[in-house]
Amino acid sequence: MNSTTILEKKNRLSDKVLYALIQLSSFLAIFILFIIIGYILYRGVPAFNFSYLVNTTSIINDTVGILPNIINTVYIVIVTLLVACPIGIGGAIYLNEYTKNKKFVNIISFTTEVLAGIPSIIYGLFGMLFFGSFCGFGFSILTGSLTLAIMILPIISRNTQTALECVPKSYREAALGIGATKWYMIRTVLLPGAIPGILTGVILAMGRIVAESAALLFTAGSVSLLPKNIFSHLLSSGGTLTIQLYLEMAKGNYEVSFVIALVLVVIVLGLNMLAKWISRKFDVNEGNR
Amino acid sequence: MEKQILSVMNHKKTKSLVEKTAAMIFRGCAIVSVIAVISITGYMIISGTPAIFKEGITGILFSTTWAPTAAHPHFGIAYIILTSIVGVFLAIVIGVPIGLFTAINLAEIAPEKIRKVLKSAIELLAGIPSVVYGLLGILIVNPMMYKLELLIYKGSKTHQFTGGANLLSAIIVLAIMILPTLINISETALKAVPDDYRKSSLALGASKIQTIFKVVVPSAKSGIMSAIVLGVGRAIGEAMAILLVAGNAVSLPYPFHSVRFLTTAIVSEMGYASGLHRQVLFTIGLVLFIFIMIINLVLTYILKRGDQDE
Amino acid sequence: MENKIQARNLNLYYGEKHALKDVNLDIKENKITAFIGPSGCGKSTFLKTLNRMNDYVDNVKIDGTVTLDDENIYDSRVDTTLLRKKVGMVFQQPNPFPMSIYDNVAYGPRIHGIKNKKELDRIVEDSLKAAALYDEVSDRLHSSALGLSGGQQQRLCIARALAVEPEVILLDEPTSALDPISTLKIEELLSKLKEKYTIAIVTHNMQQASRIADYTAFFLVGEMVEYGKTEDVFGMPKDKRTEDYITGRFG
Repeated sequence: MNSTTILEKKNRLSDKVLYALIQLSSFLAIFILFIIIGYILYRGVPAFNFSYLVNTTSIINDTVGILPNIINTVYIVIVTLLVACPIGIGGAIYLNEYTKNKKFVNIISFTTEVLAGIPSIIYGLFGMLFFGSFCGFGFSILTGSLTLAIMILPIISRNTQTALECVPKSYREAALGIGATKWYMIRTVLLPGAIPGILTGVILAMGRIVAESAALLFTAGSVSLLPKNIFSHLLSSGGTLTIQLYLEMAKGNYEVSFVIALVLVVIVLGLNMLAKWISRKFDVNEGNR
Repeated sequence: MEKQILSVMNHKKTKSLVEKTAAMIFRGCAIVSVIAVISITGYMIISGTPAIFKEGITGILFSTTWAPTAAHPHFGIAYIILTSIVGVFLAIVIGVPIGLFTAINLAEIAPEKIRKVLKSAIELLAGIPSVVYGLLGILIVNPMMYKLELLIYKGSKTHQFTGGANLLSAIIVLAIMILPTLINISETALKAVPDDYRKSSLALGASKIQTIFKVVVPSAKSGIMSAIVLGVGRAIGEAMAILLVAGNAVSLPYPFHSVRFLTTAIVSEMGYASGLHRQVLFTIGLVLFIFIMIINLVLTYILKRGDQDE
Repeated sequence: MENKIQARNLNLYYGEKHALKDVNLDIKENKITAFIGPSGCGKSTFLKTLNRMNDYVDNVKIDGTVTLDDENIYDSRVDTTLLRKKVGMVFQQPNPFPMSIYDNVAYGPRIHGIKNKKELDRIVEDSLKAAALYDEVSDRLHSSALGLSGGQQQRLCIARALAVEPEVILLDEPTSALDPISTLKIEELLSKLKEKYTIAIVTHNMQQASRIADYTAFFLVGEMVEYGKTEDVFGMPKDKRTEDYITGRFG
């Protein structure tokens, strides 16, 4: 034996310090989430009462409730998705299946990227000016929904594009090979195959809508009344759960605030789990192919 | 079968019409994002510039007095811009190490079980609404910072106490909010580093940690830069989470001052502002929009350069 | 002649799969030992057991011993970083780091604590010269290693391995991704390097083994079938399976 032994562990201080920092940071990330969820549960659960969910806040009847906000939130989610889904999915289909013009694709990808980076407060200002004033929809659920539709467009179109890319090329060729037209092929082969991926995008978008506040404050407004007519409600102002939470906490009504926060977190968690469940199912399908 | 073919022949004209319409509709959908970006840019410029013409660039951008409703109103937003820059910068300084270390754990170290827990935690953090962060900021972070403030400025007669609603609180909330962006994008970048690099480094007798910090992280630097840039974008655009947490008074961005950011300036006054005051708020919106566009350009540049490296 | 490395009753399992079966093999100091055999025969797997690169594969179980200078490298006290400093490795695909040529070669020495600029300069120059690359790159040491040709990249990887002053160099099909001229250059290089180093090389190319190796081991489905001086293994194989393989009847 003419050299040093390998039978002795080397002691590297810098390795240990860095390793400790890595673990500490990860612990911190989990710890923060734990505090957030824990505190919402701690304050929200005792304050929670089922009557909040079925009542309207009214001084005359002496009731406190967030039913109108729940309805407004659902309303805005539905209208926004009705507008954004066709546009987002259609655009993605065009980029993936129709155009071969690389410049065009690049421009669209760039603008989609830009849309994804614009902060909600800017969407709020734009929505207020364009849909609210210029189009004359005022403070209304419609104004809010149209604004959010642009905001979530990148989520929908990106997820759709990824989903379309996952559909094997051979499927396309097989369908076109037996004489199907392109549109027929898209309807019968492509879209069914891409549905799980698209759905995941839609659910993510739902989460984003439910969580949104800054873009809604000056578009959909903050009115918290039950709809008189489900159709005309579209053109009246309606505050969502997040907006109501903001108003309550600005007033210092922390009890109601935490009830709303609890409801929001439950919804977000639920959507999160749903998206996961779908993508897991999707993965299983992939494996079987 | 034969019937099918025949019907196709018969409907050839309507078919091709359907085909063309479908393609046109899809094309229209694709263009919506372009139209949206152009209109948003247009509206921000059209609505943001009148105040500049009335008050002058120096009167708005370089003046520090914000008194929009005074008898002789002043619309200086220099402190507001400065607050956004300082606040976001410090949030990044705090957030990036934590985010990067966590991403390293996810991509390189953690066993599958811990990875899953961490991943879900980060996804949840990303999904929690801004206003909820704001609520917790008021009730958890502010009291903590107030204690710190009392400790530091004990007996001070000149310090204006903020009750914890100050820049420091806002920075902490922002740092937490950008963690998911930082972690997810850095993790993707780290995972994209070819395994060959790790193998060669280990084979040269580098430890796992040395391999990560000397080879893997440098190789992923353009992805990590994108993560940071996107984090900056997220932080500078955040409004509702820091609106009440930051105390909402226009002043120099010192840690224990109540401050107003670009975003919170818009949110807190748009509801009642009118005339020139309202126009100035749109100018603030334009400033924010310009910041975001610069960030976008930087990002595109980084990504392009990253592509060339490979 | 001294045995640098000795494998005794070495068994390796990937989960259920028995990938190395009771391998006994010596690698002699300052000689080139070649491992040949059809793909999937375990020759690369065996090579990787010699510097414990198999540690990073999931579900691997190893028993038996591998000694380096009479120290069992699978002993629980072993520091794998020290082991790999002594037993370097060059991979099939040329895989320089995305850094400058200089930084690639200086990577190992820096990892092992050498900070002195002059010393690093000397090591980089020596290693590049030893890998017969210096003349081709001396004027662009600080440009990216990824701009080199495949053959140059592979010699850079050899230089990088040499820079940590190993005692053994393991090469896993180092020329399979290269053109014939680059291959020849590397073969010449290896024949020179054996004066200072002990070399073990996996190759699917039997001509290559016969050209450069002093000893050759033939692997088949996880078994080490035959081992001996290269001229004996190729000239008068003892085992029928070896004969079938080198005469091209399978594989």
